Amino acid sequence: MSDSSSGGCGSGCGCKSSGESILNRRNLLKATGVTLGAAAFAKALSPLANWTREETSVEQFLQNHYRELDEDGLKQVLARLEEDAHKNYGAKVTIGDHRPQKGVKFGYALNLSICIGCRRCAEACHHENNHDRASGNSYIRVLEMQKGSMDMEHGNAHYDHPVPHPDKFYMPVQCQQCDNPPCVDVCPVEATWKEDDGIVVVDYDWCIGCRYCEAACPYHARRFNWTKPEIPKEEINPNQSYLSNRIRPQGVMEKCTFCLHRTREGQMPACLEACPTGARIFGNLLDPKSEIRKVLDTKRVYVLKEELGTKPNFFYFFD
Amino acid sequence: MSSNSITSEEEPPHHDAKFHATSYLQFLKLAFKLCTEGSWLFYAWMIVLTAISLVGVHAWAVQVEQGMVVTAMNDHVSWGLYIANFTFLVGLAAGGVMMVIPAYIYHDRDMHDTVIIGELLAIASIVMCLLFVVVDLGRPDRFWHLMPFVGKFNWPVSMLTWDVIVLNGYLLLNLHICGYLLYKRFLGETPERKWYVPFVFISIAWAISIHTVTAFLYCGLGGRPFWNTALLAPRFLTSAFVAGPAFIVVVLQLIRRLTKFKVGEGSIRTLTGIMRITILINLIMMASEIFTAFYTGGAHAVSSQYLYFGHDGRNALVPWIWTSAAFMVIGAVLLLRPKVHEHLWTLDIACVLVFIGVWIEKGMGLIIPGFIPSTLHEWVEYVPSATEWKVTAGIWAGGLMIYTLLLKVAIPVFTKKVSGTRNG
Repeated sequence: MSDSSSGGCGSGCGCKSSGESILNRRNLLKATGVTLGAAAFAKALSPLANWTREETSVEQFLQNHYRELDEDGLKQVLARLEEDAHKNYGAKVTIGDHRPQKGVKFGYALNLSICIGCRRCAEACHHENNHDRASGNSYIRVLEMQKGSMDMEHGNAHYDHPVPHPDKFYMPVQCQQCDNPPCVDVCPVEATWKEDDGIVVVDYDWCIGCRYCEAACPYHARRFNWTKPEIPKEEINPNQSYLSNRIRPQGVMEKCTFCLHRTREGQMPACLEACPTGARIFGNLLDPKSEIRKVLDTKRVYVLKEELGTKPNFFYFFD
Repeated sequence: MSSNSITSEEEPPHHDAKFHATSYLQFLKLAFKLCTEGSWLFYAWMIVLTAISLVGVHAWAVQVEQGMVVTAMNDHVSWGLYIANFTFLVGLAAGGVMMVIPAYIYHDRDMHDTVIIGELLAIASIVMCLLFVVVDLGRPDRFWHLMPFVGKFNWPVSMLTWDVIVLNGYLLLNLHICGYLLYKRFLGETPERKWYVPFVFISIAWAISIHTVTAFLYCGLGGRPFWNTALLAPRFLTSAFVAGPAFIVVVLQLIRRLTKFKVGEGSIRTLTGIMRITILINLIMMASEIFTAFYTGGAHAVSSQYLYFGHDGRNALVPWIWTSAAFMVIGAVLLLRPKVHEHLWTLDIACVLVFIGVWIEKGMGLIIPGFIPSTLHEWVEYVPSATEWKVTAGIWAGGLMIYTLLLKVAIPVFTKKVSGTRNG
């Protein structure tokens, strides 16, 4: 038997065949190195083990996509989520599953002539949708615009003075619920889709958090949960829905759902109810007698970034 | 020891499954031995890389636990250093094809002897790419949602699913090609052409596809004017064919100095020749993009303006991009000198410069300005956090470790220093 077939490899790689015993010094050193390395790896990964133990579960890991769940499966998921909310936030909440109504397609219009930029819509959104308190998150961003230009280049979202400023006008922007939504196209796992009533939703339990949709959206309508949302127990809105305002998990995308837990029950979105000037008009685009249709038929409306072909269902107009 | 019984027998012309079962095990054993033994320099190198990758692993674990709030990314700049490195490394993986084409299409002899070094680089780079995607996920525990048939695969609409296919496909192709050639060499047999040449030709087209699809991830987004240009994919390829050969030239020189592997002068000459052309095309494309942006002005120029000159005192990317531009131009001048082959150290310097130049250009210089200003024209800057640097360094260390180990196995097997059939 030759040298290369027993101990060392022959030559070329610098190793020596130093006897028959596998317990030679080099092998012992190697074994020690491997053990130390493995221990160090386990130690380095320990935060991951914590997180797995506290924030995930087998049921959650194996949970199916929302649209694949049958009635029983969904019921179990909703029950578990309510339990989690109680465990994690101490709050008693009801999480429903509000489905689109037949013959309804939602549209939103905003009267820029009377919006005063008070940002009460953004604040109402913040509370209604159980946003993280620390980041002050909201699905609505209000831009203070320079008169004489419609270009957002001259907008400012961080104004901090009494409103309305006489030289400015105000433009709230939120999800446009596009008919041709780029965010839905790019999602690699179908975690976001457009419902029959036109609302683009996210399955927070399916999203992998790649943030491709956030890059694709031309309206800054999508938000990521950079951390686990923090909300005091007493401030949690307990009327929740699976696809809308339930407290989101860490590491997933979220977005405006036109408050589907309200609007699919015949109520108005929270941002509309909070508006002190009546600048916001919401309704069913398929109902010829609805207020939103009246606006579209009688006012000169426009949509944001029409040239991108996203076909928004959110319209702006001046009186 | 009974482990090497196959060596004592006449080998049959056609091996049965049993033969392969035992000899493949032998091959793996040898590979393990080869890649765990070496000089003190090798051990020191591996220990340093292990330490860096441990730092990265820990930083990533903390990131998963506490959320991506520990990165500097935010809802305005929602991709950062991870995706920047991912994009660059797809190019490095594709760049290896610049050895494969001369070797297999133009039958360049020297290149044929060294081509495995490029193919192994593709393997290590793709592994790094996949790791950079994983660390960028908010929910890595849900990775299985992205698997065809098991999860929900939004193919063919989402370009990201195409990227999953082409990257994993490229990894498998190169694993097969390298694995087959090494195993055959180990057996001391001539590789059968039908088992690898078709795959090599597929891998050539596939290499182009990985970087094209990766460019399509960005240039298909109408809401991001900075990326929304048809020049993106061609520019990706050209810069990949600068950075890939540059890295390989340095590796070839290191191998020549550190091992007994014969690296023919021809390989380095050919790669330098390729770089001389690709770096010029890349500079022309860059000039063309800069001209179009700045001469037209308006929305398309805002991000470029920010990238090169800053905006209103915000200039986080300005030092990056001018470093890149300077390195590329100096690298181009060094490469184009007629006597570059007589002073190899200037070639090395040129390679390092253009490699870093492309890393910035295809990384931070491409991804970040796509988000600044945001789609609603807000100005939020991005400077990577310590966590992001640690994770990034960890993945690079891991990739270099993989590449080192692959070379440690491949070089002795290829130089016929070791084999399973004939000894000495």
